[in-house]
Order: sequence, then structure tokens, then C-alpha cells
Amino acid sequence: MSILLDEQTRVIVQGFTGDKGTFHAKEMIAYGTNVVGGVTPGKGGATHLDRPVFNTVKEAVANTGAAASLILVPAPFCADAIMEAADAGIRLVVTITDGVPAQDMIRVKRYLWRYAKERRTTLIGPNCAGIISAGRAMMGIMPGHIYTRGSVGVVTRSGTLGYEAAAQMQQLGIGITTSAGIGGDPINGSSFVDMLALFEQDPETEVVMMIGEIGGPQEADAALFVKEQMSKPVVGYVAGLTAPKGRRMGHAGALGRPVVAPSPAELGATVARALARQPSRPVMVER
Amino acid sequence: MDIHEYQAKELLSGFGVPVPKGGVAYSAEQAVYRASEVGGTRWVVKAQIHSGARGKAGGVKLCATDADVRQAAKDLLGKTLVTIQTGAEGLPVHRLLVEQALPIERELYVGLVLDRKRERIVVVAHPHGGMEIEEIAQREPAAIVREEVEPAVGMQGFQARELAFALGLEPPQVSQAVTAILGAYRAFRELDATMVEINPLVVTQDGQVLALDVKMSFDDNAMFRRPNVAELRDYAQEDPREAEAAEHGLNYVALDGDIGCIINGAGLAMATMDMIKHAGGEPANFLDIGGGASPDRVAAAFRLVLSDKKVRAILVNVFAGINRCDWVAQGVVQAVRDVEVPVPLVVRLAGTNVAEGRRILADSGLPILTADTLSEAAARVVAARDHAGAGAGAA
Repeated sequence: MSILLDEQTRVIVQGFTGDKGTFHAKEMIAYGTNVVGGVTPGKGGATHLDRPVFNTVKEAVANTGAAASLILVPAPFCADAIMEAADAGIRLVVTITDGVPAQDMIRVKRYLWRYAKERRTTLIGPNCAGIISAGRAMMGIMPGHIYTRGSVGVVTRSGTLGYEAAAQMQQLGIGITTSAGIGGDPINGSSFVDMLALFEQDPETEVVMMIGEIGGPQEADAALFVKEQMSKPVVGYVAGLTAPKGRRMGHAGALGRPVVAPSPAELGATVARALARQPSRPVMVER
Repeated sequence: MDIHEYQAKELLSGFGVPVPKGGVAYSAEQAVYRASEVGGTRWVVKAQIHSGARGKAGGVKLCATDADVRQAAKDLLGKTLVTIQTGAEGLPVHRLLVEQALPIERELYVGLVLDRKRERIVVVAHPHGGMEIEEIAQREPAAIVREEVEPAVGMQGFQARELAFALGLEPPQVSQAVTAILGAYRAFRELDATMVEINPLVVTQDGQVLALDVKMSFDDNAMFRRPNVAELRDYAQEDPREAEAAEHGLNYVALDGDIGCIINGAGLAMATMDMIKHAGGEPANFLDIGGGASPDRVAAAFRLVLSDKKVRAILVNVFAGINRCDWVAQGVVQAVRDVEVPVPLVVRLAGTNVAEGRRILADSGLPILTADTLSEAAARVVAARDHAGAGAGAA
């Protein structure tokens, strides 16, 4: 198992025929992702990377049965693309694009709530590296080779710090189930809590690693969620203790069974201890 | 992006928010002319810098004659004003706002912000304005009133009325306050603001409601569709290094330490700074060079970091995902050849094609120290700084 995405998931790419769309779609296909087509308005009917191109997401869904979409369209058109995907019934939207206006995201989040829970879209991003279920499928721009299949779920705000954590774990022979980047924007799709809840339900995930950043309320919300609702160990790290402008926040996590990695250089080692069920020092959440 | 008070007042005025009569001046002569233009018998001359708390710093002067206005303008223009918000360097005064001074009955607080937790625009008001909101919140938290705006329909009239009545306004002032609050909301919404603060919103002795002081900030990500706002940017009010960084697509924030940092990704940059602290050092800057670490960008990053004379060692930490370490290494080597780097340099590469990247650094013949892991890199750069500090130069 994994969360949200596996090798069966039918994936389309919005912004398919652009430079970025082409490059990353190729990487995703090479990784084994079931890319069934793409959308570029005005290029419907064409074939790109041996897959059909559609004018609208609705056409793509009707013809391919797509359930997930990777969005690589430029920031000014991003909110529109997310809402189009949601309206077409796409269940998982992963948005890589950075620079989306905050008020666009307010409207997007409100729009997603129009739909009943059974058909509501899960939005990952924007401004993230995407999501990867190791060895199965990837929707994003990450280097697939640093993720080994295993039993650790990863949720991270940062792209490259998420890579750092994956590489540290790989060095120690630790693999992951799914790694999800929730993105660094002030208003984003899924939160830490949303992803933690999915990992808690996933039978294959034994330990969760959560990598946050200072500056927002979601890290503290996640710490409370871990304390009150999770049975699995969570290793947490919040980057930015030395960051300027008084937006200081301590290491989150560290309640119930979780543990805080003492430094970003020990993310992997701390997960190894959690997997081995070794006792961990208690740390308090600062808010 | 921040703008000046006079610009914010012009924008808000366009949305029906009542503001005092006034105008901008760039010279003492213009200031006197503005005073005669707005009329009345008393004026305030206000220094225009991107900071609040200007009154306490001597940046706001009350004037009763033309001569007073001229003198106030001469005193302020060209001066560097240090407020509790600017830091010790202060900000330069190149523009003034000359306004009619009015007898004031009451001062209120009205602020609109993007609430990250609620994911909506929230209007916050308080019956006692004039202080910073943090101070107001600390002194009388119970008197704070809030209205959340439903994104699907926008702010409604009843919400503004509820706020106005909660502020204790009399009926004739309530309708004026409602106009001001709804106007500020529409400006926030239609100009992609991230903050609009009217502090204070005043009731004058003759019963007018006016926005006496105004601050606005905008979403940089939305400026592509707000050219009329984007053109209000005043580079004289910004750290020149941060402005230069933005031009090269880099994200730079100056700090107080002496170890320069060049890193890809904001999260990894903050984590690396944390590691430098763990190792006993202090970062001189936050610098995120973004995903595509092209040679041009890397060179621009070196120039930026070295423009800070405090820097005594540099750490480059790049985790190559889609871009490759060999490419990043070539960029670093080229940058070090183009830009003279007079301090020790530690480079840590990880990710795709790391072996090839390290070989390029080793074969370059340049005095580059390398590290395999994050902790090694931090320890090495702190040691290199200490070594350089002892006068021994780079290893």
C-alpha cells in the first residue's frame, strides 16, 4: 500500500505539451507512472509522448478514465486549471507551479468545498515537488532514484529538504511508502494533518517523518494531531530556528510517541531509531 | 511589496475610503505649495518611509504657518529616519505627505489581513487606535472584534455594520465607517493586497470619519496582474542587495553572522542555517538560489554574498534533483573563476550525479573544500572561518 497514488492510478498532465510538462511527463513515465494523456487547450486531438492530448480536462476524463492530474501550467492560469480538474471529477490534483497569488488559493480552496466529501478533490501543493509512492508511481519533479521502497511515510513542506531526508534514509537502508510535498505557500491544498491522517490509516506505513518550516500554524496543528490522534511514531523537524524577523518556532512534534530529530543532519538516523522502537527523549512543543 | 502612506491613501480613496486632504511633495517649495492647495490653517508634514512609528521618531511635524511647513520639509527631506521598525540603519526620506491637520475626537483601529489558518480575509477592529496592533491586543484583548469574509460572496454590509456598532460609533458615523471598511475590503480584494491597516481611523470633532494613517502590503505573486500597484514600488526603501537578488531570481535576506550561505530551496537553506548554528557558527544570510542553479545564477549569488563585508567563509549546499551535480559543480567552478572569492569556500553537493560533480570540483585546481554530508559541511565551514580569522587563509 501507499497513500493517494500507486502504479494503477490513471494520471494526466495539465500543461502536457509545454517544455516543463514534456520533460516531467517523460520522467514520470520512465518511473512507471500510468500517464494516460494530457491537456493543452487548443491542441486537442494531437498525440504527445505516444499519448492523447485533450482540450479540456472533462474530455480527458471521459476518454481515459483519469483520476489524478499533475498541474504544470504557469502561475497566472494555475487556479483556473485546479478548478477545472476538480469540476471534471479528478480526485487527486498535484500542483507544482510556484508563484500562485494567495487570493487565488483562497478561491480555489473555497471552490473545492462545493463538492460532497465522496467526490471532493485532494489538492497537493502548489509550490511543491509533488508526491511519490516509491517504486510505484511519481507525480512531481523529484529525482526518483533517491527513494527506496519501504515503510516510512514522509510529508514535507520543502522540496530539497525532503530530498535530503530521503537520501539520508537511503544511505541507512531505510525505504519509504509515499513522500508527499505539501508546498511552501501560505495557503496550500493539503495540510500536514491531512497527510498524517492518511499515513495513520495506511497499513504499510510504520513510521512517519514530518518536515516543517517556521512561519505558519500547520506545524503546530500537526503536533497536536500527532499527540491526540496518532498511534504511529512520528519523527519531526521544523527548519528555520535561525530565520530572521522574529518568526521563530521551535521544533514541532514530540508529543505522545513522536520524536524530534536533533538536527537536519540526523533525520535518517532518528527514523532508524523510531523504526527500531528505541526510546526517545521527550521534547515539548513550542507554540 | 510595501508602498508609501500617500500612495495607499490615493488607492483607498479610489475605493471610497475618506482620507484627509493632502498631497505628496519632493521639495520644501512643493510642500508649501501643497499646504496652500489643501487649504486650512494647520498642516501635518509626514515623512514617507516604509515604516510605522514615524511620529515617535520625529518624522511627523505639525505646522501652523508656511514658514513652519518649509522648515519641516527642509528638516525631513534627505534625512535618514530610524524607527523601532526600521532597524538601526533607518530608511531615507525622499518624499513628504502634506495634509490638513484636523481636530480629532476619537481614534479607532481597523486592519484587514490574510488569515493563513482560516484561509480567508479577516477584518480586525478595536475601539482604541493609534498604537501598534500587538500593543492593543496585549492591553485590551477583549475589545478586539473580528469579521471573517466568506470568499464566495465577499464582505457583506452587515459585517461592516456589526464592526462599526461594536466600535461604539454613533449612527451618523456608522454609515461613514461602513463606507470606509467596505472600501478597504474592495481595495484589498481587487488589488491583491496581503494587508490593509487603517490606524487610526478617526472621528473628527465635526463628525467626519477619516483614514488618518494607512499602510498597505501586496502579494508579490499577483503583481503581474496589478501593474498600477507594481509601479508604486520604491527601491530606495529596500535593502539594495535584496532588490538585486530579486532581479536574478534569487531570494536573499541579510543576517548578522559571518558565514555566507548559497543553497537551493528555502527549506534546505533554513536547515543548513540551523546546522551552522549547531556547529557554533552564525549565518550571514539566507539565500535560496531556486531549482535551476545555472552558472549565471551561482555567479550572481557569490557576488551578493561577498558584497556583505562581514562574510569570512562561504558554504554552498546544493541538493541536485532534476538538475545534476556535475552541472552545478561546473557553475560553481566558473563562478569562482569569474568572481574573486577571497574567503574559504566549502561546497557540499548531493543528489543526481554526485560523484561526477565532486570530481569536477577536485579537478578544478581551485581551493575549494568539499563535504559529503550536511553536518560535515557545517563543521568544515565553521572551522574554515576560525582558521581564516586566525590569519592563515584558505586551506
